[in-house]
Amino acid sequence: MTPVLEISGLRKTYRSRKGVRNALDGFDMVVEAGQVHGFLGPNGSGKTTTLRTLLGLIKPNGGRMAILGREVPQHLPEVAGQVGAIVESPQFFGNFSAELTLSLLADAGGVNRSRVPAVLDQVGLRDRSKERVKTYSLGMKQRLAVASALLKEPKLLILDEPANGLDPGGIREMRTLMRDLSDSGMTVLLSSHILGEIQLICDSVTIISAGRRVTSGSVAEVLAQHTSGAVRVRLETGVDLLDAATTLREAGAQVTLENDYFTVANATNPALITKVLAQRGVYVSELTPVSADLEDVFLELTGTAPVAGQNRQVDESSISGAKNGWGQ
Amino acid sequence: MSLVRAETRRLFRRRFTSVILSGVLLIMAAIIVGTFLSNKQVTDSEVAAAKAQAAQDYQQAVQTAERDKAQCLAAPGTPDAANWPANCDEMWTPTQDEFDYTWYMAETFDLRSEYANMITLLAVLLASAAFLIGASFVGSEWNSGGMMNLLLWRPKRLQVLGTKLAVVLGWFTGLSVLLGAVWTGAFLLIAETRGTTAKMTSGVWQSFGLTGLRGLALVVVAGALGFALASLGRHTGMALGALVGLGALQIGVYIMAGLSGAKYPDAWLVPMWGFVWMYKEYVVEDIDSCNYSSEGGCTPDTFTMTWQTAGIGMAVVTAVVVGAALWSMRRRDIS
Repeated sequence: MTPVLEISGLRKTYRSRKGVRNALDGFDMVVEAGQVHGFLGPNGSGKTTTLRTLLGLIKPNGGRMAILGREVPQHLPEVAGQVGAIVESPQFFGNFSAELTLSLLADAGGVNRSRVPAVLDQVGLRDRSKERVKTYSLGMKQRLAVASALLKEPKLLILDEPANGLDPGGIREMRTLMRDLSDSGMTVLLSSHILGEIQLICDSVTIISAGRRVTSGSVAEVLAQHTSGAVRVRLETGVDLLDAATTLREAGAQVTLENDYFTVANATNPALITKVLAQRGVYVSELTPVSADLEDVFLELTGTAPVAGQNRQVDESSISGAKNGWGQ
Repeated sequence: MSLVRAETRRLFRRRFTSVILSGVLLIMAAIIVGTFLSNKQVTDSEVAAAKAQAAQDYQQAVQTAERDKAQCLAAPGTPDAANWPANCDEMWTPTQDEFDYTWYMAETFDLRSEYANMITLLAVLLASAAFLIGASFVGSEWNSGGMMNLLLWRPKRLQVLGTKLAVVLGWFTGLSVLLGAVWTGAFLLIAETRGTTAKMTSGVWQSFGLTGLRGLALVVVAGALGFALASLGRHTGMALGALVGLGALQIGVYIMAGLSGAKYPDAWLVPMWGFVWMYKEYVVEDIDSCNYSSEGGCTPDTFTMTWQTAGIGMAVVTAVVVGAALWSMRRRDIS
């Protein structure tokens, strides 16, 4: 099957008096048809630059891009009718109503104006469609932006932070909408910082950092590839946790004490924990793998986890080196 | 065609367009009504009376001048000599032309002599409106992010910008022709009811037609420049700023040209070239120069500014600015 979206080796360089900055440094991404694909990255990592480049708003310095099997930007006019997109914050002429804004876009794109009420209803703006856009809240503008992207019934929907400014109900509606669109055969590329949402609704993800892909694949694969290897250990009641932790540390384990349990961070072979403790006459009552979520993976891969006492700057990424397992 | 339809709807749904066009119509109406009310048709007897009064005043002035000259010639060697020039031949002698009989009549609208000014007035009014609407039409699109949205739908940058420009200029051309016809009809009516249409030959109408065409070109150029400047700066303010900057630059250039001894400082002023474009030519003089002849005395050097030169200059500036806007649209990233 031909991927709906392919990017390989994409490069974009900005030159200024302060020097050269590589916004995209050989970035790769593939989105298969019918998927909801999450596109993640910290601020300034190149997400929006990628989307703008893909949509012909920015000229790349190198690399290859294809949408629906056609090379872009060369063939972008031919596929633009099948790509609905919102990029970054929604921007509309404030003195026009939502209805007029969409009907003008429909005219410009050769789409039947009768679609306008349907998409306004779909995003929940039907009753406010005749009001001027400048009176809208950020969330309502976001809904209007999604409506504009849906207007041409695209095969590929590109949404940059669609949940930005939405209330909790709106976020849930947006999640349902994404799922429904995907079920109807539409491919959705979703850029967001709300990692819980991405984990809930995306089939696959690409994570970008410093203009490069740091991982990609199905959500399950990515989580599996980056499990922490940590296990939570509970002991029989009355056993001294500190003694047991000291024993494991002496054996090389990285132990973190909690209230009524401790975790072993580098437990690639959990059986060794029970063995070491049993040799000291201490018996384990619970040994549970600590599963990583997408946020953990994101923070680990992009090196953007907060560090106590440090103010991380936007372009800083302190990706840690490979961990050595214990017990292998 | 769908893009043309969309841009036409966008142009006329904008409040700024409605406000400016309403302002243009109000100013036109005020000028027409004011001209109508401030003129009246004069009868043959009123013309005869005015001519008689002009002739009488002329004769009176001639008599006064002759008496003064006689006193001047008699003055040398008397205490009164200081009151008269040394050369009595240099004293003013009235001529018939200086006593125009029309000054002795109530204001009456002479279509032949006054309508060219009215065409220029309408052209300047419409050119101002075209500049502002052209600049705002594209400037607000850039500023609000509407341009980016549109390019997501029609990712052909030059086609999008070119269509917008064509729509603005096309509609202003049509509007100018329509309002020009209304304007001509109104002043023809005023001339027939509150003035005169005497000596209106086909040649005069042809001349008015050509002035009207030059006025139309002025409107189109103003609209294109406003649009292109705003697109270059991606903000309406860029066009308005350029206009203010040009004004300041003109003052500086005029002063520097005067200080540096340039022969014709007036020729450095852009508004003068606009004037020349509408009135075909204008002769500027170097008042510091003197070409002496025994017959004419001292006559200054002159430079004739012609509408052809003005037209070439206008075309070059417009081509450069519009070209730069299109180049910028094609090359620059859109954020």
